[in-house]
Amino acid sequence: MDHQQSRLPDLALSDSGFVFDPLTGHTFTVNLTGQFALRCLKDGMSSEETATRLGETFAIDDGEDAGRDVQDFVLQLRDCGLVR
Amino acid sequence: MSFVMDAIDATVAITGMNATDNPAPGVPVARALRHDPSFQGRIVGLGYDALDPGFYAQGLVSSGAILPYPSAGREALRARLRWVREELGMDVLIPNLDSELRTMVALSPELELEGTHTFLPSLESIERASKVNLPKLADQADIDIPPSEALVSASSIPEAARRLGLPLVVKGVYYGATVAANEADATAAFHRFAAQWGLPVIVQSYIPGEEYNVAALGDGKGNLVGAVAMRKMMLTDKGKGWCGVAIDNPDLLRICEAVVGTLRWRGPLEVEILKNGRSGEYFVIEINPRFPAWIHLSAGAGLNLPLFAVRLALGLPLPSPLPRYRAGTLFVRISVDQISDLATFEQLAATGVLRPDPAFMEKVSHV
Repeated sequence: MDHQQSRLPDLALSDSGFVFDPLTGHTFTVNLTGQFALRCLKDGMSSEETATRLGETFAIDDGEDAGRDVQDFVLQLRDCGLVR
Repeated sequence: MSFVMDAIDATVAITGMNATDNPAPGVPVARALRHDPSFQGRIVGLGYDALDPGFYAQGLVSSGAILPYPSAGREALRARLRWVREELGMDVLIPNLDSELRTMVALSPELELEGTHTFLPSLESIERASKVNLPKLADQADIDIPPSEALVSASSIPEAARRLGLPLVVKGVYYGATVAANEADATAAFHRFAAQWGLPVIVQSYIPGEEYNVAALGDGKGNLVGAVAMRKMMLTDKGKGWCGVAIDNPDLLRICEAVVGTLRWRGPLEVEILKNGRSGEYFVIEINPRFPAWIHLSAGAGLNLPLFAVRLALGLPLPSPLPRYRAGTLFVRISVDQISDLATFEQLAATGVLRPDPAFMEKVSHV
């Protein structure tokens, strides 16, 4: 993911998983793993790095699953207009 | 973050005390003033009906008066405003309704001489910002608007529909807008708006997308004093925002700046902007020459535009630098049954005046 094209750093993300986009006023909720992934991506990590951290933190045995989940998540972010 | 400003001890008259499910901006303008502890003045509510809810909002207006309808003409309004100034006081006047604005602006030099200050746009600016002249303004300000036409006859609708495509957005010259899926609906809407607000009736191409609103204040020299952008989160069945959230969107503020700069707008305004859901382009759909009904949000978010308008009208300085407003601040409207007494209604219904209550300042609520 090209973070130059991303608005993720601008998002307000609370500990409850509530997300506010100050540019559009849209709000979202993410679950615990989504919250973790979003924080990683907001911090500028690549999708691959995010998947690795997700796998380690949530003890996901199959690295492919974590990678696929992060890719799906990024697609959802794209649908929401948060990354290009 | 709070900014210490010298106290204002002035009497501010505010029109638009109607606050139904299609509320006028008067009550929220008054609430914005009361929101700031530096406002220690009195508020005279001006309305058109003895049952305008703002008259009954305890702790909000110190006194009130019924105005003659705009159709009664300029002389009737002039006489009534003079009476209000002499009897109830009126150091500043903030008109909040499109239908009365032109007359108020025309009267403003006389009001100024009599000691009532305003901070209003010129008649020329209002005309240039009107729905009818929006296409010309779009060229001058280099902003986009949906393709639009001003119609004076319903017989033009089929041709307009061919040119602009269906559905059409049909708009009254002052108020109201509806989406017409076909020519028959557009014709019915045309007649409804023509009967209510007169001609022309404006038709626009329908652009699917999301609406944003910017409330702003211009200094009359081409500069934006301040602006607050908002997205409506819930609409009533009349399409009015029932709750919304302040947002931080530089594109919207740039568009607003272009409008204010081009018109050299002086005073309050609202720019309604549509973002095309597919292309992401922004289109200005309307400019309202006054504060919007959601303006209390500006005070809640930390940039109290009505208070700044009063300060500018009185020639008082603004805080420098101006505070940044807090994106993420919400407004959620509520419908409240206000308890009053027959005596209040009697005053307004029988005499058209709500006399000041000597103990009023004890009841003032800074909300």
